[in-house]
Amino acid sequence: MPDDQRIVITGIGLTAPNGNDWATYRESLLAKKSGVQPYEIRYFGKTLAGVCDFEATRYQKKKEIRRGTRAGSVGVYAANEAIKHSGIDWENTDRSRVGIYVGVTEHGNVETENEIFIIKGFDYDTSCWSHHHNPRTVANNPAGEIALNMGITGPHYTIGAACAAGNAGIIQGAQMLRLHECDLAIAGGTSESIHTFGIFASFNSQNALATHDDPTQASRPFDKERNGIVVAEGGCLYTLERLSDAKARSANIIGELVGYAMNTDATDFVLPNPERQAQCVNAALQRAGLNAEDIDIVSTHATGTSSGDTQECKALREVFGNCKTVRINNTKSYIGHAMGAAGALELAGNLSSFQDGVVHPTINVDDLDPDCDLPGLVLNEPQETKQVDYVLNNSFGMLGINSVVIIGRV
Amino acid sequence: MTPAEIRVEILDILDDISPDEDLDNLKDDVAFREQLELDSMDFLDIVMELRKRHRVQIPEEDYGHLASMASTVSYLEPKMVDIVKS
Repeated sequence: MPDDQRIVITGIGLTAPNGNDWATYRESLLAKKSGVQPYEIRYFGKTLAGVCDFEATRYQKKKEIRRGTRAGSVGVYAANEAIKHSGIDWENTDRSRVGIYVGVTEHGNVETENEIFIIKGFDYDTSCWSHHHNPRTVANNPAGEIALNMGITGPHYTIGAACAAGNAGIIQGAQMLRLHECDLAIAGGTSESIHTFGIFASFNSQNALATHDDPTQASRPFDKERNGIVVAEGGCLYTLERLSDAKARSANIIGELVGYAMNTDATDFVLPNPERQAQCVNAALQRAGLNAEDIDIVSTHATGTSSGDTQECKALREVFGNCKTVRINNTKSYIGHAMGAAGALELAGNLSSFQDGVVHPTINVDDLDPDCDLPGLVLNEPQETKQVDYVLNNSFGMLGINSVVIIGRV
Repeated sequence: MTPAEIRVEILDILDDISPDEDLDNLKDDVAFREQLELDSMDFLDIVMELRKRHRVQIPEEDYGHLASMASTVSYLEPKMVDIVKS
């Protein structure tokens, strides 16, 4: 493939419940530091969540924060951090050739709930409904706020892809670069989901919301005692460039998107289909020209639900069951489920392995569920490797949307 | 409310709408837009806050009265004279 069709990652900006930059996030993962804490939200009451504490005013005026959304703030922070990390000469970058592709699980629930709460105080008088509601809730909002903040005039939009959205944002960015629709893509995912009571209430009604006396142990994929999802906020955006452009400016290349795939279960609203998931993983491997044995780390999507984890494990057993060297981990065990940001954040946590050769473990696995007992699971303690060349990142979502990306060392 | 109390109320609303601005040196006879970074959505915020806080209704054709602090207070005085400052 020619260099102008090869897509590389040259910068990472993120906020996670356990770190507000890539290096700190990695330190937290290797130190087994959780970002889950007690949390309370209107109507639902006390629960647990992955909460971010990034400094929003680093890149936004207070007025921007007031007028916009939390997803927008997360995105603005992550995008600015990614540009800074990339070393791109931003002042002299043609902003009309920059595209923004932000994956979201949902958007608008927070803002709509807020307005309904406010007009309840006025006996549901809709003349007290804010004129800011529409610009806050249009589906492109998080990407649009980034464009406004950074003066980017190329294409911007969000990719609604449930919890597969983080990977989907990356894939969309890569495709637009290959089409030469932009020269720089800011791509990944964001989530403001902890600010909507509805997501907690809905997971709770589905018996899929995690509880635990110790918040840091609540998110426990693959463990027998797992009892659901810990909802988290966060964001992770990458600067993606064509390899030819990255080489021309002597960029620090973090990794190359060597393969990706998306497909659809078409079988159930919520229950994942392991056959389709395996097909998606295999399609990504095929596109990358790799065999399962070539993958060093599989970053799982598993959310800590009873059936979701076992379904993904069935898929992974089919693809990687005979692989001797693959390592399999899960990052939600630290930060919870960051929804639209999950795929992008979980990938970022593993990309550091190209540099340090260490695989961070899935934490909180005190009693491994036999149905989740995959060969190569990295549990509770980091594992050192000789070298990591390929990371495969799973991200799946409701309505049966599946996404897989494979990043290779350059 | 007295004109002075209305002025304080408008300052409080402006402080919410434009938290980055220094309102200490606001000139009452100079248009808001010449002193502050306000756009049409911000003026709608002033209208909305008056509606929410005091149930004062400002029809669209009267928005021009909100150009400066002096014109705003003058316009609101008869509408808010019976409102007791809490």
